[in-house]
Amino acid sequence: MTKEMNLEERFQNYVDQENKIEPKDWMPEKYRKTLVRQISQHAHSEVVGMLPEANWITRAPSLRRKVALLAKVQDEAGHGLYLYSAAETLGADRADMVQDLLDGKAKYSSIFNYPTPTWADMGAIGWLVDGAAIANQVMLCRTSYGPYSRAMVRICKEESFHQRQGYEIMMTLAKGTAVQKKMAQDALNRWWWPALMMFGPTDDESPNSAQSMKWKIKRKSNDELRQEFIDKTVPQAEYLGLTIPDEHLKWNEETGHYDFGPIDWEEFYNVIKGNGPCNKQRLGARQKAHKEGEWVREAANAYANKQAERARKEKGAA
Amino acid sequence: MTQKDNWKIWEVFIRSKNGLSHKHAGSLHAPDAEMAIKNARDVYTRRNEGISIWVVESEAITASSPDDNDPLFAPADDKVYRHPTFYEIPDEVGHM
Ligand SMILES: [Fe+2]
Ligand SMILES: [Fe+2]
Repeated sequence: MTKEMNLEERFQNYVDQENKIEPKDWMPEKYRKTLVRQISQHAHSEVVGMLPEANWITRAPSLRRKVALLAKVQDEAGHGLYLYSAAETLGADRADMVQDLLDGKAKYSSIFNYPTPTWADMGAIGWLVDGAAIANQVMLCRTSYGPYSRAMVRICKEESFHQRQGYEIMMTLAKGTAVQKKMAQDALNRWWWPALMMFGPTDDESPNSAQSMKWKIKRKSNDELRQEFIDKTVPQAEYLGLTIPDEHLKWNEETGHYDFGPIDWEEFYNVIKGNGPCNKQRLGARQKAHKEGEWVREAANAYANKQAERARKEKGAA
Repeated sequence: MTQKDNWKIWEVFIRSKNGLSHKHAGSLHAPDAEMAIKNARDVYTRRNEGISIWVVESEAITASSPDDNDPLFAPADDKVYRHPTFYEIPDEVGHM
């Protein structure tokens, strides 16, 4: 017992000195569990996050937009893979993680349960959803777990094009015809609040946050990140000549931040529980893709086994 | 029939350009070395990150244990004489 306590104290000390924890280092079981949960959820979000945008690849308005969207979605697949690898370094099994997602047991970011009815949604997603994700991921570059931090550095390098291509789409629409501008405004109206919810519940409603901050898994609180995102995004909306759908939004001279209206947390929890507009559709799409890819995985296994068998025989004969 | 994919984990090393060593980039899953190279190309070199890829089965790597860090690495700490600055050479001699 005391030995365990000593280890935990030593661990905390090590983290406090800004050292990175590596896979084979001793770590509290709860630290490992928290990370496996967080990293696998993050991986699932990247994977499910491909769906709302993939919906528009074949309908992009130009080849330029199409190659950009395709490259972005492909990046998200890569991000999912980096993150599954990071979770594996903690002893998690990839097949189990994927199965949990397919069985609806694992969580992913609730933002991806909203529909993408118009092309402007591709703009709003890149600008706001990737923008919010970037705020979180920039913070996570300094997370205390080495493999997670390294995955984040790589991801952040790739993310900035995602946000820029989204903002460019918004810019084109906002400066286009009246109908196009209306489309952009409509997308902003629909994505603004869900994007703010991406940072998670308010600090006083997220009980596990304090421990994560202490272990330096998280470096900033949900509310801090949300405020940063709002402060950064409001001028970007102004530049577009679009209106953020929050009548309470107002610059506060005293705090040096924007004040904003109440977030509808009931909606947030409802979507998390599975009642968002697209939860079933997203999960269904993942299950279908996994099932339809089964023969490919089996063929790859059969080929690998055959090659290995052949190599063994050749070695035996020589 | 569903089975766990039983794909092995591979560690990926990438040479970013000639003259530099391969550097660890990350890991991935693949059924064999050939597929591992193909996956590594898609996962780790989408932006000209490399001109050469190595893949090694994770299982084939033997790593030192963090518990041995002291006996392994501490002995180097007090061997300042292994560094050039330990030796005093007058400036007149020129760069050495
Ligand atoms: Fe991503
Ligand atoms: Fe992204």
